[in-house]
Amino acid sequence: MKITLRGVRGSIPTTSPHMSHYGGNTSCAVVQEGDCILVMDGGSGMQQFNLLEGTGINRVDILLTHLHLDHIQGLGFFIPFFNPENDVHIWGPASKTNSLHARLSRYLSPPLFPVQLRDLPCKLSLHEVGNSTFHIGPFTIDSRFVIHPGPTVGFRVSNGRSVFTYIPDHEPALGANGMLTDTKWLSGFDLAAAADLLLHDAQYSFQQYQSKKGWGHSSMDDAVKFASLAGVKQLLLAHHDPAHTDAQLDELFADLKKRNNYFFNYELAAEGMQIDLP
Amino acid sequence: MPAYAIEIILNRQLADCLSMPVFITDTAGNLIFYNEPAENVLGTRFEETGEMKVETWSTIFKQQDDEGNLLPPDSLPLVRTLKEQNPNHKTFWIVSLQGKTEKISVTAYPIIGRAGNFLGAVAIFWQVKDAS
Repeated sequence: MKITLRGVRGSIPTTSPHMSHYGGNTSCAVVQEGDCILVMDGGSGMQQFNLLEGTGINRVDILLTHLHLDHIQGLGFFIPFFNPENDVHIWGPASKTNSLHARLSRYLSPPLFPVQLRDLPCKLSLHEVGNSTFHIGPFTIDSRFVIHPGPTVGFRVSNGRSVFTYIPDHEPALGANGMLTDTKWLSGFDLAAAADLLLHDAQYSFQQYQSKKGWGHSSMDDAVKFASLAGVKQLLLAHHDPAHTDAQLDELFADLKKRNNYFFNYELAAEGMQIDLP
Repeated sequence: MPAYAIEIILNRQLADCLSMPVFITDTAGNLIFYNEPAENVLGTRFEETGEMKVETWSTIFKQQDDEGNLLPPDSLPLVRTLKEQNPNHKTFWIVSLQGKTEKISVTAYPIIGRAGNFLGAVAIFWQVKDAS
């Protein structure tokens, strides 16, 4: 499977030239194998690319981890929505209080947006997931609720040979004593266990996290600790804080490397990065 | 073993922050976590015992009414909560294996997850201060 990162910024898009290396678009990643295309989250990274154009493919599946604005604000600008020949499937976390359609329509309707969900010309199907397993093309996908405010899931995508785990918003260390190291008590563990590649929330530095507990995000230190406990092979630290410039991110990462000595690969996720898994 | 549902994990993380004794069970009543104040009630440490089968931890103390009569299990808040998936509250006496007697109130509530499924229960023990 081929994974392309189209947005790795957290919370709000940024446009500063000092952030151009890691990128300013919010959460979006494309996973492709053969004719099957998954789009992970609909942040601003979803805009301005017509991934179906000229491919002969007319189905795309969008997997939303949750409905915070930085994960759905690109939906209104997703080109495949506007072609009546396309089948677009949206998979998102279930809630006891409102349907996925009703919750998405809060954004995709006036006064926040001129086009309503029901007016999109494509053939649109919505699917609610929780602690679920489902299949799309060659992929088996597990979703599990994880610790983050509001209904939020992470995804484990397997093609039978490799596993890509996507948990861009996650605070597994929430609690009096930080992260519980007994993996039975570790939010997100089942999703990440022995994954070939994990993309995980790492919004804050260790110091910044001390004043942001409960906001739903991880420090870089907790992200690598989580990945280590889960036994992943490679980790991409993502959901970069919108206040962090490229230089600051490099500095924080160098400091993280100095303080941690893990025997797996980990690096900062950057917009445009491509990873091939067998 | 798969990780617990986050609703269970978050209840444990909350219990870790509280000064009241808190016990968390699975749907069968097996004790899957108790916090430090609860360690004093049980006389054991979670780090040492780990999880306890319902048959084990239910014998650690006896429950009595004001007259010293043994209470039937079905009248206990946690047992009722596990059966009915409703909150329950009751004040009674507990007698530990060491013979220590203490008046307590127990509040039990079910953990109903996001999907509406029953995941387990929490029992909070409140020490009753003697009015006299």
